[in-house]
Amino acid sequence: MTTAIAVQGLRKSYGKALALDGLDLAVRAGEVHGLLGPNGAGKTTTLRILLGLLRADGGTVAVLGMDPWRDAVALHRRLAYVPGDVELWPSLTGGEAIDLMGSLRGGLDRRRREELIRRFDLDPTKRCRTYSKGNRQKVALVAALAADAELLVLDEPTTGLDPLMEAEFQACVREAKSAGRTVLLSSHILAQVEALSDRISIVRQGRVVESGTLDDLRHLTRTTVVARTRLPADEVAGMPGVHDLRSEGGEVRFDVDGEHLGDVMAALAGLGIVTLVSRPPTLEQILLRHYSSRAEGAHGREATTA
Amino acid sequence: MRAAARSSTAPGPRGPATLANLGRLLRFTLRRDRWGILAWSLGTALSTVAVPLSYVGLYPTEAQRGLLAQTLSSPAAVAMMGVNHAVGDYHYGAMTAHQMLFFTGILVAVMSALTVVRHTREEESTGRSELVLSAAVGRHAPLVAALLTALAANAAVGLALALSLGSVSAEGIDWSGAWLYGAAHVAVGMSFAGLAAVAAQLYESARGAVGASLAAVGLAYLVRAVGDVAGNGLAWLSPLGWAQATRVFVSDLWAPLLPAVAFTALTTAIAAHLNSRRDMGAGLWAARPGRSRAGRALRTPVGFAWRLHRGAALGWSAANLVMGAMYGAFLDDIESMLAGSDVFERMFGSDVFQDLVVGFGAVIAAVMAAIVAAYAVLAGSRPRSEELAGRAEPVLSTGLSRAGWLGSHALVVAFGSLLVLAAGGLGLGLAGSASLGDWSVLPRFTAAVAAYTPAHWVVLGVVVALFGAAPRAMPLAWGVVGLSFVVIYLGDLLRLPAWLRGLSPFEHVPGLPLEAFDARPLLALTGVALALLTLGLVAFRRRDVPA
Repeated sequence: MTTAIAVQGLRKSYGKALALDGLDLAVRAGEVHGLLGPNGAGKTTTLRILLGLLRADGGTVAVLGMDPWRDAVALHRRLAYVPGDVELWPSLTGGEAIDLMGSLRGGLDRRRREELIRRFDLDPTKRCRTYSKGNRQKVALVAALAADAELLVLDEPTTGLDPLMEAEFQACVREAKSAGRTVLLSSHILAQVEALSDRISIVRQGRVVESGTLDDLRHLTRTTVVARTRLPADEVAGMPGVHDLRSEGGEVRFDVDGEHLGDVMAALAGLGIVTLVSRPPTLEQILLRHYSSRAEGAHGREATTA
Repeated sequence: MRAAARSSTAPGPRGPATLANLGRLLRFTLRRDRWGILAWSLGTALSTVAVPLSYVGLYPTEAQRGLLAQTLSSPAAVAMMGVNHAVGDYHYGAMTAHQMLFFTGILVAVMSALTVVRHTREEESTGRSELVLSAAVGRHAPLVAALLTALAANAAVGLALALSLGSVSAEGIDWSGAWLYGAAHVAVGMSFAGLAAVAAQLYESARGAVGASLAAVGLAYLVRAVGDVAGNGLAWLSPLGWAQATRVFVSDLWAPLLPAVAFTALTTAIAAHLNSRRDMGAGLWAARPGRSRAGRALRTPVGFAWRLHRGAALGWSAANLVMGAMYGAFLDDIESMLAGSDVFERMFGSDVFQDLVVGFGAVIAAVMAAIVAAYAVLAGSRPRSEELAGRAEPVLSTGLSRAGWLGSHALVVAFGSLLVLAAGGLGLGLAGSASLGDWSVLPRFTAAVAAYTPAHWVVLGVVVALFGAAPRAMPLAWGVVGLSFVVIYLGDLLRLPAWLRGLSPFEHVPGLPLEAFDARPLLALTGVALALLTLGLVAFRRRDVPA
């Protein structure tokens, strides 16, 4: 099977509030797929529908070839989920909670459990009520990563973890990928998604507005160019796709849309390039461009804070 | 920088530092509770006023009222409703106070305990108070604000009672009595508010603090029952006993309310002391390290559910065992009380005492079963609190089906109901046989209480059905418990119609050991419970989680 998750035209509303407005998503088997978006964009709602916890109002969903609402249990045996806000049973210890989740999923790898507890520096004898948010997150991560699941569904899995643990988490996701597992990673930590994801989908107001590899997305956005040329380069300002051109001390600085980059470079070459620096857009710029256009596209939907 | 500059110009908090910003906090808690306070006040006042108004029609002549007073001086009635201070002249005021005071007194006690725990331990265990206390708020301010909110709620209830009763024109009801009646409720409510404030310091979870407070209310009712039947002054250990001692509408004594004032002050001081000695979020007892691996039982859905319900099931069983034992322990008091009456002996012969004691046992069994029906609602609501806390989601995204998860909880609570009731019956039977010196009553009393298990299952079925079909409406399940209580407590006195009584599952249980055992109604109740459970499981399969 090449497609792990196939979602078309997904719709969901809570009363009058529209959460998902025709969302499409395709995750290939064996890839790490990043789901990016501001708070309230519909990421968690999407994941809950993929898990069969919520029922979609419209659209089609297939996860590992199954309908998550109808085949919830059969599907759940093949996946592991880490919620964004991990709540545990106050009277159970962390170790008991890990084993409990593992046995409900249908078994977990003992050796990997011990190894992960060590790597995440977790004390499994403490009661869950004494755990900090970060430690509760670690319990859920250990339980999910130690399970023999084909698909990992992770909803902002590292909020509350320190940078050392974040690095450990990234190593674990890479290992999961090389073991052939599929990972759907919802996050708003750009560096994490940039470092881990094979492909990325950007969610905004209940739709996927952009989807592809990081390179694909870069192609769609502007590259920043700083150049010094022998002849004055001001004429570049009039070319299609060039934005925000400033020139000072014989140096021009401008942004150019991905699809016009070639033409602009050819024009610059004709002017005699002395120095040239071009910077590909970071994921952050890609996101900011999508998020900041939120105000334009919002027709009466509630404003959300990013 | 900006914030620092602004706070230096803003008016600083007045009063002692540990109470800083109390006023602002109090306004906030009152605002959160205002509709609840209105509902409690109207509910208490309306249900109280309905009693004298309906009694005027039900018992119009003095002779009828005298007969009723005589009926209500049986030990079983004294245990339930307390001492009748006006046997000679049982007017409408005396009737109302005698039959309603404990009923509404327990209601305001529960209201006060819930209010205090909601604004103290619940805020703390959810982490909200961390946010509040990190602002310029004094250490004791949340505790004092919670107690003052409870005081406001009690004052509102007391005022509503006084104003509504005062305006009833019926023989024996006057304004001075009405004011005292309202004040007695404030006294009871605040006593338990203080007690709940202490419990909120001792327990790390709001559930634990509420459970301990409700257990204290039950104990207060029980201690007073034992004291009233034995006539030994034990009732003075109970806030409900203080309220009863006012002899409201008969002698109108205010002095018995003084112990309530002292008790409230004392418990408040203890709570404040504990509050200043412990860390935020902590209870009195430090946590010990536990197992690093799950045992085999925890790895099954039913074992997991049992683990979550174990503490409550065993706690309720122990409490019910004690309650049964306390009722059982004074069965010989009843026997000797009746034996002392020549009239009875001449009229019925001595054999009749055995029957009367057995009849008393049947009434006690019904009362005990109705009280612990709260267990079925509280424990049956556990799946909802798991869902709301976000703990259901990770479990339901594993290989465990929704029906398996909810069914495991229901199965464990159904077993818990049996356990709680059997423990109560055992306590009643053991202490009863010991005090009567007759071991033949042990199995009879145990069976009498345990026979109510199918009625509890129906209550549980209602809870599960609501959880599946309309989770936001789950508090309605308390209506079944409330109705059952009213039917057992006041069904005969109010002459409630048969169809209304029939809605209470408890009404269909044969009143052992007085009545003969009949399995058919018990099987019918079990069938109803299973139907409700199935409805809940099917509806839960079709709804969103969380909803």
